[in-house]
Amino acid sequence: MTTWRGAVGVPAARVEGPAKVSGRAGYAYDRPVADPAYAFPVQATIARGRVVSIDSAAAAAVEGVLAVVTHRDAARLADTEDAELAVLQSDAVGFRGQFVGVVIAETPQAARHAAGLVRVEYEQRPHDTELRADRPGLYAPEQVNGGFVTDTDEGDVDTALEAAAVSVDRVYTTPMEFNNPMEPHSSVAVWDPGEWDAGGGFAEDARLTLFDSTQGPHVVRSTLARVFGLPPERVRVISPYVGGGFGSKGMPHAHNVLAVVAARAVPGRPVKLALTRQQMFALAGHRTPTIQRVRLGAGEDGRLTAVAHEVVEHTSAIKEFAEQTAVGARMMYAAPNRRTSHRLAVLDVPVPSWMRAPGEAPGFFALEVAMDELAQACGLDPIELRARNDPEVDPESGRPWSGRHLVRCLREGAVRFGWAERTAPGTRLVGRELVGLGVAASTYPYYRFPGSRAVVAYEGGGRYTVRIGAADIGTGAWTALTQIAADALGCPLRAVRVEIGDSDLPAATVAGGSSGTTSWGSAVVAACRAFRHVYGEQPPAGAEAGADMPDDPDVERFAMHSFGAQFAEVRVDADTGEVRVSRMLGVFSVGRVVNPRTARSQFIGGMTMGLSMALHERGVLDHRTGHVINHDFAEYHIATHADVVDVDAVWLDEEDVHTGPLGARGIGEIGIVGAPAAIANAVHNATGVRVRDLPITPDVLLR
Amino acid sequence: MTPFEYLRAEDPAEAVAAVAGRPGAAFLGGGTNLVDHMKLGVAGPDLLVDVSRLPLDRVEETADGLRIGAAVRNSDLAAHPLVRERYPVLARALLSGASGQLRNVATTAGNLLQRTRCPYFQDVTTPCNKRVPGSGCSAIGGYTRYHAILGASEHCVATHPSDMAVAMVALDAVVVVLGPGGARTLPLAELYRLPGDAPERDTVLEHGDLITAVELPHLPFARRSAYRKVRDRASFSFALVSVAAALDLDGGRVRDVRLALGGVAHRPWRAARAEEELRGGPATEDAFRRAAEAELIAARPLPGNAFKVAMTRNAVVATLRALAEEGR
Ligand SMILES: Cc1cc2nc3c(=O)[nH]c(=O)nc-3n(C[C@H](O)[C@H](O)[C@H](O)COP(=O)(O)OP(=O)(O)OC[C@H]3O[C@@H](n4cnc5c(N)ncnc54)[C@H](O)[C@@H]3O)c2cc1C
Ligand code: SF4
Repeated sequence: MTTWRGAVGVPAARVEGPAKVSGRAGYAYDRPVADPAYAFPVQATIARGRVVSIDSAAAAAVEGVLAVVTHRDAARLADTEDAELAVLQSDAVGFRGQFVGVVIAETPQAARHAAGLVRVEYEQRPHDTELRADRPGLYAPEQVNGGFVTDTDEGDVDTALEAAAVSVDRVYTTPMEFNNPMEPHSSVAVWDPGEWDAGGGFAEDARLTLFDSTQGPHVVRSTLARVFGLPPERVRVISPYVGGGFGSKGMPHAHNVLAVVAARAVPGRPVKLALTRQQMFALAGHRTPTIQRVRLGAGEDGRLTAVAHEVVEHTSAIKEFAEQTAVGARMMYAAPNRRTSHRLAVLDVPVPSWMRAPGEAPGFFALEVAMDELAQACGLDPIELRARNDPEVDPESGRPWSGRHLVRCLREGAVRFGWAERTAPGTRLVGRELVGLGVAASTYPYYRFPGSRAVVAYEGGGRYTVRIGAADIGTGAWTALTQIAADALGCPLRAVRVEIGDSDLPAATVAGGSSGTTSWGSAVVAACRAFRHVYGEQPPAGAEAGADMPDDPDVERFAMHSFGAQFAEVRVDADTGEVRVSRMLGVFSVGRVVNPRTARSQFIGGMTMGLSMALHERGVLDHRTGHVINHDFAEYHIATHADVVDVDAVWLDEEDVHTGPLGARGIGEIGIVGAPAAIANAVHNATGVRVRDLPITPDVLLR
Repeated sequence: MTPFEYLRAEDPAEAVAAVAGRPGAAFLGGGTNLVDHMKLGVAGPDLLVDVSRLPLDRVEETADGLRIGAAVRNSDLAAHPLVRERYPVLARALLSGASGQLRNVATTAGNLLQRTRCPYFQDVTTPCNKRVPGSGCSAIGGYTRYHAILGASEHCVATHPSDMAVAMVALDAVVVVLGPGGARTLPLAELYRLPGDAPERDTVLEHGDLITAVELPHLPFARRSAYRKVRDRASFSFALVSVAAALDLDGGRVRDVRLALGGVAHRPWRAARAEEELRGGPATEDAFRRAAEAELIAARPLPGNAFKVAMTRNAVVATLRALAEEGR
């Protein structure tokens, strides 16, 4: 057993902080490479059809242009199974904004200018980008994201709903949302040697290095190796610093392939590619819009008899992604009869993907507003309603919880937040503002992905290096892993240096599913123990030992989830309907917190993103053109500082003895879950108006 | 971005000559709007004549009021003691616009002449009559949340995005222009055009016309004035609707009033009808509402922005109510 000797649990400052604030941290695009060329994509201006002709003469004539590559002359890829990544392999256009070419030039300006001169003619086919619940052709995917089954049906939901003394039957919607991080997606591709054999094939020993901005260097490596037909050991992905990801850098996207294809077109030249903000709206993934019908049946006392959560959402024509929106309803409340389903519309839209808390984030908007509606219908306090429906064991698996402290979070939050001040809906007018309080529950599963390995080396002089190909996307992983290693080795924090963000390091799983600290951390603990086991406390310089992340048998025996309570106070301008969130509080139960400082920033960051989802974010698809028309940060609103007045997060002091050596469950995503519902519920409390469609903009509340 | 040449003008006359003599030339202020457009392919000048460093960067008191140089930065203007004291509506309008960083760079003339934020105008892959005359208006039948409810045409339904200009129009500002043919002045309200069948022309200015200053006449009662901007988020967003108002009370009656609206039309909208309705009448909430409604009779909302009618009405009432309360 590792004893936590003082590094874990301490609010250590970010180890990479000084490098970041002093500008020494090398982000992908800024990497100095010899003699770089610059790529700028040409994007489809139709949503469906095919490219008929491309006139690149004017582009090629621009001074400094080195090459214009299209599907006619792009390098053939070894594996085109993943259509998102089959870049420039055919004339087909599957969504507006898809790559149809790339210009490579001596400067980024020349590349961009020339890209605008490439004339592409299309044979346009009718496209369809509009999600509706009543559209024909909705289908059930084989499974939904995370490997969950698509539908569940327990008991007899219809009968229970019919017999229910109190019921709620409502439709909730969330729009297309975008997780554009601060740092745009960028890749620098370097081939070595830079020359090809006469047939355009790889040299025997060709190696590819990609400086990238990714949540998982090893995933990018294995994917690119497959796509380009290279052995993985000849691909190296380097990504030590990442300016945010929120899921959008969780898997490789088309731009990674495009950078490599572009570099093949200019032998001997590394190629730099950074997406523009506008391009990211078509090429970096997004959250599907959702249409969610929630039905709740309960007795007069509020005890649930039935929960049905049925979701309609979209996927792209070229690649399936099925957000697991209704999965949370399977385990959240103790209703004997439960039904969940996911139906997808195949649309001619960009490829949806992971966005912070895929599934739970949109799903808990619907479920938790519905619970508020049920509380109102039963005349119960919403906290009391949730307490009455808190299940003893996981309703889905029947397993005991590894630790379910939702009710504690709710009750503790109620005291801290001043929940008792809440008045009846629409009754609290302060000046010209209607004030209201709202609450919602939050949860996120404990994920721990196998496949990580850590290696510990003793450098002499009391210094250790820990190597693992993990990624710190701003989460604090770098610091947390240093703390974990220090305690596991029994040495001071400053004696440990962690190396991450490079696929030449021991393999690590992706920074996703809030799994990083627990998965990588378990591997680090195992490696440190292995090291001490072999070398004891007095290792020779150069000593090295490694270990894989150990299995956790408790995963099969317990239901493991984090929980939280989200509180919001809103002020709604009685004249204009403008909503301001004056206070937010999250109380979380997440197992052990490795670093309170970085954890707090994860929580309040998630809650802020939830605020943004509640009030601001909406991608507007123009169905005539098939593209998101508000594709920049002036028009696609995310919360600004002025919108985020007072956001606070606290957590229960606990450890989850079933989640491996750390006793932690992961914290990256739970902060967003439930936050939009808490705000929507507060808006109802303030105004008496129930808003079921996000975002809640002033016009909706205007009187 | 199309390659271009750059010239830093030494004096206004040189700037005018340089632009007037070349069809593809454009003045450059802070560049916060024009350079964006160059990157997006919306504008492609082959010569930029930088006028941001001309000696037009002073705010001066004159016999008739205040003279604001064309190159005065938005943040400097907002912070100017005379502006804050005599024309609070202008200071507040400026501070409600853009962000601190942008206001530090943006100039008075550039702000007046910034172009619409209609997303179709800014996206060269879509038709737009303002960008490419005759190509069609994509906003009609599309996304119109930020579009006009007053004075639009079948050719263009865009709004003018400036906050500053709304306050200036309420204050009867006058624009000083130096053209190839010499200097002239015109009321700011007449600088802007309605789209009609030529939405490509935002203003009545001709190629080579340089704005050198804006003059604000004396308006003592503007010391009690306010700017109310209704928006989708608390800062850094354009107005859904906005109201610039100054109110002169005589007991419980309105002696005089200035009222202009933003976010509702192709130009800052002077609410002359509402002003007329208000003058001499009671300073009551009812009267404010009736006046707003009188102005909005002409409103022709689009499917995506019908809410703006009630929102404008409420914002007018709220602004006048607050000013009236302040005066009691
Ligand atoms: C993200 C974002 C948010 C914004 N939000 C707001 C907002 O909420 N409210 C708001 O009001 N504005 C907002 N703005 C717009 C901002 O106020 C304008 O971009 C700025 O005022 C333009 O001033 P500039 O000096 O940079 O103009 P420039 O970009 O330099 O020029 C704009 C135009 O004026 C012409 N020009 C410049 N100077 C002269 C002159 N002396 N004579 C004749 N022509 C001239 C140029 O040729 C060009 O056509 C926002 C801008 C951005 C980018
Ligand atoms: S409203 Fe005006 S600016 Fe917008 S698309 Fe139509 S013509 Fe262009």
